[in-house]
Amino acid sequence: MTAYIIRRLLILPIMLLGITMIIFSMIWMLGPERLIGAYIKSPEALRSNDAQERLIRKYGLDQPFYVQYGKWLGNLLQGDLGYSNVGRTAVTKAIGSRLPYTAELAIYSIIPVVVVGIWLGVIAGARHNTFWDHGIRIFAIIGWSLPDYVFGLLVLLVFYSFLGWFPPGYLSESSMAVLRSDEWRTVTKFATIDSLINGRLDIFVDAFRHLIAPIITISYLWWAFILRITRSSMLEVLRKDYVRTARAKGLPEKVVINKHVRRNAMIPVATVSGGMIVQLFAGTVIVETVFARPGLGKFTADAAVQLDYFSIIGSALFFSFILIVANLVVDISYALIDPRIRLK
Amino acid sequence: MAMKTETRRVLRKLFRNPTSLLGIFLLSFFVAIAIFAPLLAPVEEGRDNPFRMPIAKDENGRMIWKSAPFPPSPTHRFGVIGKYDVWYGVIWGTRSAFRIGLIVSLISSAIGIVIGSIAGYFGGWLDEILMRITDMFMSIPFIVAAMIMTTILGKGLDKVTIALIIFGWMQVARLIRGNILQAKEEQYVLAGKALGVNDFVIIVKHLLPNTIFPVIVQISMRMGALVITSAALSFLGVGAEPGYADWGTILSYARNYMMELDRSWFAIVYPGTAMVLFVLAWNLVGDALRDIFDPKMRV
Repeated sequence: MTAYIIRRLLILPIMLLGITMIIFSMIWMLGPERLIGAYIKSPEALRSNDAQERLIRKYGLDQPFYVQYGKWLGNLLQGDLGYSNVGRTAVTKAIGSRLPYTAELAIYSIIPVVVVGIWLGVIAGARHNTFWDHGIRIFAIIGWSLPDYVFGLLVLLVFYSFLGWFPPGYLSESSMAVLRSDEWRTVTKFATIDSLINGRLDIFVDAFRHLIAPIITISYLWWAFILRITRSSMLEVLRKDYVRTARAKGLPEKVVINKHVRRNAMIPVATVSGGMIVQLFAGTVIVETVFARPGLGKFTADAAVQLDYFSIIGSALFFSFILIVANLVVDISYALIDPRIRLK
Repeated sequence: MAMKTETRRVLRKLFRNPTSLLGIFLLSFFVAIAIFAPLLAPVEEGRDNPFRMPIAKDENGRMIWKSAPFPPSPTHRFGVIGKYDVWYGVIWGTRSAFRIGLIVSLISSAIGIVIGSIAGYFGGWLDEILMRITDMFMSIPFIVAAMIMTTILGKGLDKVTIALIIFGWMQVARLIRGNILQAKEEQYVLAGKALGVNDFVIIVKHLLPNTIFPVIVQISMRMGALVITSAALSFLGVGAEPGYADWGTILSYARNYMMELDRSWFAIVYPGTAMVLFVLAWNLVGDALRDIFDPKMRV
């Protein structure tokens, strides 16, 4: 067990280094002429004739790959990822200030995704090949085939354009004005929680109203995923001998499903859930763009459209680091829970 | 021999299962649209690239230069958005979808097969290095990686293709490696080795044919995801050039009218339906194939 954890922890820095290398190679492919644009903050800098060559030399972009990589890595370790044109500040600061918006959306989405997804999967598995099972499977396969942006636009079309219930954006103008005022106490940076701390129920309702449509979008797409895994895992456990024993000794079906099957069927669901949360985080690139929410995902998408290379690289590094660390945590905790893993 | 009977078994099962039959039907429908695109949405004479959508014309034959949405009418049955005819975009977009899906999945699977077989067959430090590299490529979320790569390569569907190939080979590599690790201890492989058969011949003639079917499942399951991702890049504005016949491009025009989507609903509903059915078709076929190949399902 300890050997397994030590091995995984030793690989971690190598993985992180490898990812910085892949990502840096991508910027390096741009070549000095295009990359220099990311360093220039105002057109004034390019006024003289040889300005471009001078700047390329100044920032060392004419040096070989390993020198540039070493320098870039050194800056990265000091938390310097360059200047973000989209965020009008340092990339690390820009990412930090947008993270709470994305985290708020992700946290609120995970709850319905996991709870309802598992619930549907258990029903489908326990009532294999019945009307319920077929209905839930069709529901899942449609959700699995729906691109997030198509579904998001449809949700917006129905719930905003036609019904006027859930507007896009983060908060309405009036609430934003309150947030910017001096009396507002920012504690968690989550509008839904801060509004309660400040005792403003109207802002809480407003923030929540803006959250519902993206949550619906994320939830439906991930339900499809969770319920498929739950269902097939249920079916596998239902075939086990101990389930037959439980039935043979006359336990009511409800007890068999709830006590013997469901718990054991949750193991694969728990494994994939960790990875799912990270993927859900990365998926905000699209969901936040569709619903115009000012989070990390929209920041990344905006940076890509405006060719703000430092910001894209920063976000990519951030998303990848989260992915690696989360996978490590999931794998280790999984090994702690399930003794069969340790032997491998 | 074994492969032929296996293929026949698979085909028989595919055509008997109602859901995979629906998938095959939908796929044939899209193939027909792609083949007959020049008849369904005629290209004006003198246009050399049919994938560049023409500026739509009103009923008097004048070009529409306003980019405001026009609802469906007899001349434009799916409406007009961003100066372009949605019908034209949806029809020719089918060709774009097939092209990107097939090219990316075939090339990236080929890369995956080569890397996976080398890692699985030779094992040892080579396996360790190749698999760690695979892990690294997998650690960057697919959509984010594809997005950076296309911003660096520039706009255009060919650039999107390259980006998706670079970040799309890892699953197949892992799958093939796992299968080869299992199969290489089989007696027929050991016998081949003992007889001094070349490693390359063993991999290509003996190991791959026995491990290739799960890859076919992977390819059909990933076709949908690839088309979704490439259209997502166009939707975000980093994929195909503006005015390129692509489902994501049309959706991105709809996004420009986000606050009044009821005026541009047709630019979401029609390309959206095409995408959902296209992805659904591949998913249904892939799902059925997986059930057929899954040994646990064989009773």
